[in-house]
Amino acid sequence: MSTRPIVAASPDSIAVVTLDATMEERITELLRRYPTTRAALLPMLWLCQERYGWISPGVMRAVASRLGESPAFVEGVVSFYTMYHTRPPARYVLQVCTTLSCAYCGGRELVEHLKGRLGIGFGEKTPDGEFQLMAVQCLGACGDAPVVQINDDYYENLDVTSLDKVLDELAGRR
Amino acid sequence: MEAVLLRARGLPESRTIATYLAAGGYEGLKKALTMTPDAVTKEVLDSELRGRGGAGFPTGRKWGFVPKDHPGPRYLICNADESEPGTFKDREIIEHDPHQVVEGIAIASYAIRANTAYIYIRGEFVRWARILEEAIEEARKGGFLGKNILGGGFDLDVWVHRGAGAYICGEETALLESLEGKRGFPRLKPPFPAVVGAFGKPTAVNNVETLACVPHIMARGAPWFASIGRPRNTGPKLFCVSGHVNRPGVYELPLGVTFREIIEEHCQGVRGGRKLKAYFPGGTSAPIMTAAEVDVQADFDACAQAGTMLGSGGIIVLDETVDMVEVCATVAHFYAHESCGQCTPCREGADWCMDILDRMVEGHGRPADPETLLRICRFSSNGITICPLGDAYALPISSIVNKFREEFDRRIGTASPLPQKKLPVLPWTGPRPGFGV
Ligand SMILES: Cc1cc2nc3c(=O)[nH]c(=O)nc-3n(C[C@H](O)[C@H](O)[C@H](O)COP(=O)(O)O)c2cc1C
Ligand code: FES
Repeated sequence: MSTRPIVAASPDSIAVVTLDATMEERITELLRRYPTTRAALLPMLWLCQERYGWISPGVMRAVASRLGESPAFVEGVVSFYTMYHTRPPARYVLQVCTTLSCAYCGGRELVEHLKGRLGIGFGEKTPDGEFQLMAVQCLGACGDAPVVQINDDYYENLDVTSLDKVLDELAGRR
Repeated sequence: MEAVLLRARGLPESRTIATYLAAGGYEGLKKALTMTPDAVTKEVLDSELRGRGGAGFPTGRKWGFVPKDHPGPRYLICNADESEPGTFKDREIIEHDPHQVVEGIAIASYAIRANTAYIYIRGEFVRWARILEEAIEEARKGGFLGKNILGGGFDLDVWVHRGAGAYICGEETALLESLEGKRGFPRLKPPFPAVVGAFGKPTAVNNVETLACVPHIMARGAPWFASIGRPRNTGPKLFCVSGHVNRPGVYELPLGVTFREIIEEHCQGVRGGRKLKAYFPGGTSAPIMTAAEVDVQADFDACAQAGTMLGSGGIIVLDETVDMVEVCATVAHFYAHESCGQCTPCREGADWCMDILDRMVEGHGRPADPETLLRICRFSSNGITICPLGDAYALPISSIVNKFREEFDRRIGTASPLPQKKLPVLPWTGPRPGFGV
């Protein structure tokens, strides 16, 4: 697997984000799909997260103004969902499934191990900005428990050894 | 049973349209387009296909509720949110044979006269959203989607819409809100989506597996489909088995097999030669079943009769080593995290149950705890909340407490007294068991 790192090309919290021509082109294409402009909000946030690495307040304002919504409305939507990063994420976000099947098929051991190896708890980043640990609920892959999603990719049927190998590989890459 | 929905699993290039066409793909759509939309609906009704998303509602009847005299537009939604714990069947279909879903969407859209369809897929499924987009593109190039499909004068656009991490968006009205660009707050019903759905227009919402059955029904006929399984519980069904079995995975079997057969034969029994203790028959939102109840048939009516639900077909197997108070706490964590927060009994109740259970696991159980749990669950049951999530957390928790009461009572016996004895509603601020989410 070759999980792509997240690059938090952060327009930081106060910057004014301008959506450039490439983004504008993709947004126009998105808007064609729906009868209302508001419906393009989730896909547009995905576009921005892909581009900027996270949904900063500046991004929210830019999205709001492009869609004719208030920033408060956009923030309300962003905060409802768990997958939009509202702070700059680490290069690799380890999303460990903590639901029943994973928990009882080795997931707990993975969590213990990750916390030890990385020296961080859930919701935290390693000081070098390489890894971030997140507890998530069922990833819809329970037959291959335990499951960890790293950025966009699923890693399944893991144990401590195979997970270590993945992390070694990711940490070694620049 | 002959593989139907999973027939392409394991074939090389199983995802491509070439493989799909070679296996007779898009014949169902061709046939449907020679019929009237109502005749297509009638065929699906006659097959007795029931929704595979959880509720088991007859698909043909649902399509029949979409008003014919409405000026339109109408919408078809394919529900690929797949977030019920223990469920991973839609992913299997998409991974191996996405064109079944695309063809099913085309036929369903024709039946309800929709010219736009959306596939709402959970945000985590990045890979599978891409697979679907590729399949849609292939189908469009092949003339099975787009303008004037197969020269029959029917137009259809299909778009993939990614969610962003929220279990509740699998509930059909929350899904519609999310599709419209809002927070995933379920809507009060009625009006039902068939009448007022996406963007205020008539809409049918169907699960991936439901739609994947449709091309086969059209190509091979309703009587063939109805001959599989039992009366009123017809067709092949994907069972997802996870937890403590030797061979977890997705199994395609006729509705009506027993859970014993699934667990003991197909999954080759419980891991490590241990004994079965309990199982969830249809995701964690279904009441739990004990080892003594393993001979129940896995279908909608038999499960209902046994006091549980087939739900999404997500079977979670637990062996004799598990502690049911801990299982209950783990389940409570899920619902406390996923409640959308609109209704008090669900938002507060799920949280409160989680607090009590975490406290019990940490060794601070109190004599009133089991009854308090049951009382909270009772207060959140029987449709008192806007959507069924209120029941969805109450049913598993109350069933675990009821069926494994002695384990809860034992927790109390060994409990160390809490400092604040007088506050039964006190939020738990101590450590969280297991994961500490
Ligand atoms: C809390 C909750 C979560 C649900 N999650 C899903 C889901 O992930 N996928 C799904 O297909 N249906 C889910 N459903 C069921 C849908 O509301 C709806 O009944 C279903 O998509 C209809 O499709 P069907 O008739 O083909 O089964 C959920 C329901 C509830 C109450
Ligand atoms: S329980 Fe971990 S993927 Fe479902």
